[in-house]
Amino acid sequence: MLKILKYSFYDLMRSRWSYVYFLFYLALGFVLLFLNNDLSKAVITLMNVIIVLVPLIGTIFGVMYFYNSKEFTELLLAQPLKRSSIFLGQYLGVAGSLTLSLILGLGIPFILYGLFRSDAIWDFSLLLVTGAFLTFIFVALSFNIALSNENKIKGFGYAVLLWLFLAVIYDGLFLMSLILFEEYPLDSFSLAAILLNPIDLSRTLILLKLDISALLGYTGAIFKQFFGTNKGLVVSILMLILWTILPIWRLVYKSKRKDF
Amino acid sequence: MYRTQLQLLVIVFFIGTSLWGKTIEVCATCEVKSIKEGIAIAADFDTLLIKKGNYKEFNIVIDKPLTLKGENYPVVDGEDRGEIIRIIADNVTVDGLHIINVGTSYTTDYAAIRVVKSDNFLIQNVVLEKLFFGIYLERSNHGRVYNNKIIGDAVDEYNSGNGIQLWYSHHVQVDRNIVQGTRDGIYLEFSDNITINNNTSINNLRYGLHFMFSNDDVYTDNTFENNGAGVAVMFSKRIKMIGNLFKKNWGTASFGMLLKEINDAEIIGNTFEENTIGINIEGSNRIEYKNNDFISNGWAVKVLGACYANSFINNNFLYNSFDISYNSKLNDNVFEKNYWSNYTGYDLDKDGIGDVPYRPVKLFSYVVNRTPETIILLRSIFMDIIDFSEKVSPVFTPDNLLDNMPLMKRSE
Repeated sequence: MLKILKYSFYDLMRSRWSYVYFLFYLALGFVLLFLNNDLSKAVITLMNVIIVLVPLIGTIFGVMYFYNSKEFTELLLAQPLKRSSIFLGQYLGVAGSLTLSLILGLGIPFILYGLFRSDAIWDFSLLLVTGAFLTFIFVALSFNIALSNENKIKGFGYAVLLWLFLAVIYDGLFLMSLILFEEYPLDSFSLAAILLNPIDLSRTLILLKLDISALLGYTGAIFKQFFGTNKGLVVSILMLILWTILPIWRLVYKSKRKDF
Repeated sequence: MYRTQLQLLVIVFFIGTSLWGKTIEVCATCEVKSIKEGIAIAADFDTLLIKKGNYKEFNIVIDKPLTLKGENYPVVDGEDRGEIIRIIADNVTVDGLHIINVGTSYTTDYAAIRVVKSDNFLIQNVVLEKLFFGIYLERSNHGRVYNNKIIGDAVDEYNSGNGIQLWYSHHVQVDRNIVQGTRDGIYLEFSDNITINNNTSINNLRYGLHFMFSNDDVYTDNTFENNGAGVAVMFSKRIKMIGNLFKKNWGTASFGMLLKEINDAEIIGNTFEENTIGINIEGSNRIEYKNNDFISNGWAVKVLGACYANSFINNNFLYNSFDISYNSKLNDNVFEKNYWSNYTGYDLDKDGIGDVPYRPVKLFSYVVNRTPETIILLRSIFMDIIDFSEKVSPVFTPDNLLDNMPLMKRSE
């Protein structure tokens, strides 16, 4: 498995896409900090970028990589190798290199601008951790979609739709239901709804750690009570881990049974 | 000619000495050892010069026109046993004392200095520490509270007092005081024609400045920072608020300024910076907002309930999460020639005024007003998308709520 992971990883490095991704974040980080020297404000802006772009890039990249390396995968399948290690290796290679680009790309400018001397370091690490989780989650989801769909166009379509659903449509439905049921107590409902969507969960986690959480007012107090405590943080991280593990498990399960 | 001048001088001198009286020194080694003793033997218009030292006294009653002057800040220690100085005569001056340990009571408002039914008082250069109430003016007019420093250590609202409190007192000047760590920094109840200038009110538990049923007051160039809820102006008429700084009143229930049932006020040239809500307005009419800066607030202006005939002219709205929040579809307020940092229009004829009207109310702020739980969707892409669509074609927000002449550049 490690060999395949290494191969996928170096393959991506050679294909330059990782560099482009890395350079994009590097440029983003520098420009943000150049325009606004305040680290904690830059974290807010970055959060906006991360919760949109990271899942999108993870999804597209995962699908693309899976379809592109299909022939190589079939070659590997002919070898005496465990199927789970082939797919897991590829998956970890892609997700790992994307995460590395993200962390290095954003980490370098922030460290140069004095992250270690600032108290934004915890917010920033949380941002990177959620970014990494989002990458792993969405690459796994896109691998699942690609594995289940032989047709590339269909696969791409589903992948983009999935991103659109979790990033935008889900919030729309959430909003509608909040307004429709405004007569009822909505605290536990909204807590559950937030927990069920990894993008919303990441957004809320980061927001509540920042100053801006005061805007949430007294409704926010409920969320703060939950997410602000260690218990809430543990539950959220567990939820994110669950979101990562489930698609990976399905990937392994499906790949074992699939007839290539 | 020269002679008459000399005579006049002599007369003035005699009037002067009889008017200013003599000076009685109070210190540990003097003839007069306590402030109470000094007051007892003093005649009207005498001066008590209190030398540096420690005076363990409370319930000091000043019942004749005297000047209490501290030299090098003598400490008057009330040992938490009650009120310290009570002024019940006109023309009293208290200057340069350091008063500590005022008693706390749940039935009596013990104050460091209380002025009762006395006019023409002057309280200046006084330092108050470990207090319950600081300076308490009760039915006392035409006085001045100047350059005092009040440092409280209030923790809970229920067992703490206000820094400077005015109750049924008119024509009082409150200047250059520093108030921190009390319940309300400065509190006015039923007090008219008060001027409050150049004070600093920070880190108070509740409000930096609090008006109740007080009319025709003016406050200018004060700083209100990091108070529990900011400044509250309630049930008052014709208040002028000019050039004040409201800063960092940041918390879930905080605001820079709260206006409740305020009519005919003027709010000019103030700066609201980094408050959760810049101004929270409820049932306030005919108020003029001019040349104010709203910078980096959560909500710059939050309008709740019936507010009519207000005008917002020449203000700067810079980088607020929400510029204006409105909870009704009806609008009777005027927005004109403001600068909005979120404005994206253009100015083809280069007259400095944007050609496209600006709509300061976002759909999201409307939705949040309706269902507060939706605030959890703050900063999600979906909200940005519907805000954009609402901006293009307004459906939910009041369609006449717009700035027809948005400025292209920040107004000075």
